[in-house]
Amino acid sequence: MNQLNTYMDGPDEDGHFGIFGGRYVAETLMPLILEVERAYNEAKTDEAFQAELKGYLKNYVGRPSPLYFAERLTNKLGGAKVYFKREDLNHTGAHKVNNCMGQILLARKMGKKRVIAETGAGMHGVATATVCALFDIPCTIYMGTTDIDRQSPNVSRMKMLGAEIVPVTSGTGTLKDAMNDALRDWVANVETTYYLIGTVAGPHPYPAMVRDFQAVIGEETRAQIMEHEGRLPDSVIACIGGGSNAMGLFYPFLDDEVRIIAVEASGEGIETGKHAASLNAGAPGVLHGNRTFLLQNEDGQIIDAHSVSAGLDYPGIGPEHAWLHDIGRAEYVSITDKEAIDAFQVCTRLEGIIPALESAHAIAHTIKIAGSLAKDHVMVLNMSGRGDKDMDSISAYLERNS
Amino acid sequence: MSAELIGSARIAKRFADLKAEGRAGLAAFITAGDPDIKTSSAILKQLPDAGADIIELGMPFSDPMADGPAVQASSQRALDNGASMIKTLDMVRIFRQGDSVTPIILMGYFNPVYVYGVEKFVADAAEAGVDGFIIVDLPPEESEMREPVENAGLSFIYLATPTTDDERLPTVVEHASGFIYYVSVTGVTGTSSAATADIETALARLRRHSDLPITVGFGIRTAEQAAEIGKHAEAIAVGSAFVNKVAENLNEDGTAKDSCADAVLDLVREISSGLT
Repeated sequence: MNQLNTYMDGPDEDGHFGIFGGRYVAETLMPLILEVERAYNEAKTDEAFQAELKGYLKNYVGRPSPLYFAERLTNKLGGAKVYFKREDLNHTGAHKVNNCMGQILLARKMGKKRVIAETGAGMHGVATATVCALFDIPCTIYMGTTDIDRQSPNVSRMKMLGAEIVPVTSGTGTLKDAMNDALRDWVANVETTYYLIGTVAGPHPYPAMVRDFQAVIGEETRAQIMEHEGRLPDSVIACIGGGSNAMGLFYPFLDDEVRIIAVEASGEGIETGKHAASLNAGAPGVLHGNRTFLLQNEDGQIIDAHSVSAGLDYPGIGPEHAWLHDIGRAEYVSITDKEAIDAFQVCTRLEGIIPALESAHAIAHTIKIAGSLAKDHVMVLNMSGRGDKDMDSISAYLERNS
Repeated sequence: MSAELIGSARIAKRFADLKAEGRAGLAAFITAGDPDIKTSSAILKQLPDAGADIIELGMPFSDPMADGPAVQASSQRALDNGASMIKTLDMVRIFRQGDSVTPIILMGYFNPVYVYGVEKFVADAAEAGVDGFIIVDLPPEESEMREPVENAGLSFIYLATPTTDDERLPTVVEHASGFIYYVSVTGVTGTSSAATADIETALARLRRHSDLPITVGFGIRTAEQAAEIGKHAEAIAVGSAFVNKVAENLNEDGTAKDSCADAVLDLVREISSGLT
């Protein structure tokens, strides 16, 4: 069997990672998708574009984000040395802004007059509203009504930043439904509007483009861990809904001898059917412009996901993850609501860092495995966002389950 | 007695007959199983008599991203009442027992087809009496269904839209068969309507690239609009207006009123009467 020389050269020119990815969109959108691809390909090698992006990431977002040795957590777990990549310290409080900054510059370059986006936990919505305020571009955010209820601080932030919020009532009123309505808006306003997708999913070139804009996370981590440890980490770990923070951390390590672990949300448990574990409990299918693993029934109807964490509450996953899962380059594990909430409390009390509920899934798995790893095992966890937005959800959960 | 024409040949014969009659045809869309299989089958059976020249039978999908609220709701009603891909094919099979001349086009999204298995689905659909497919989220770039469809003698119908420019049109029409479906507005189904002048210009442009018949759809909901646009196209497609009639004829618990099928069929009659 032929071994791949590299895991980093995907996707092919039609946007495929193995059998995953592609461009499954209505014809109305096809010309625009091709236009976005052309513009992005130009931007990749455009030094002025890259310099402008770099400048904003440094001076506006606050990059590089620190790589922090979580000593108290490490001591408690008694095994691997755990580092946090502090994406929670970025402006707007999560990794999402890395991608938004890249795409808003692209939208400007393309002369687009209006931006739309979908959001689940609201972090992508806030980051989009932020860059739109910065560049004075009108912006409309689609958000499911369930998510509006459980992430109300982010709704207020978006409104304050000048975004129009469109509540989405279809389906379960979560991220999937918000994405459907954003796509409907885009089809109707294709000439003027740029769709700023927040994760490594959707039609080509979005999965590759969002990954590239997020890869700054992994690139910085490589340099920073060399400073701390003088070598690459033994493992990297991140939570995964659509998968952008995970892909951003993983991508620069794909060709190295680094163990890669992604943590899906198994909600109330995979056996209950109320979960969001597309890779662990889904099957290949086509939704939102790409072929990937989906939660679906035997008739190909999409099943609603469930997670206490709005940012992981999505029945699909980025196509590059589907491929990495398929070829066995990365491990995809899962963590329940309860385990995530427990980990959230541990991290908060031990490290004085309030993690996003999404990131708490990665912490929970770290807590599970770190003790059994050697003391010289170096592990980098992506602290993808901060948890201020989750206070209400967590209080409600603890009250329900006390 | 001549052999029954099937697949692409049945579609071609229908367009040839329409041409001989000197009028545009009506392509009527309903969602299979909306609001329930029994009512939907009754509507399907009577569509040709009410004036439908071509039938677009929607395959319900949980996430119809290119459709507006009307078709989205109809899809959900059907799924809530037990619609499935197998039952959709059963509806076609039963319809074919009484009608061998009206083309049936299955319209929908790729995932249910993909999960069923493309080759198997095309074979089962051909056997049931389906003549063509419109799969909204399979642009020419994602061509995995086209070949099995062609090999079965059925038509894979492509959509052209106002955003499909001259540079792109050859890609779209290159492998098109049956007819071209011109989406007259940039938007989802059942929302805005295009100006006739814009449609005329667009059709002239399409005809420079393809000799296939053209069906114009999206935003046509009245007999007047149908008559007007029918002057320029080989067929016009109406969908949301019909599924709205279903929605208007439901009991509070979501079951069909006795008036449901007739309400849809009356509107089919009204719209087709303008196509002379």
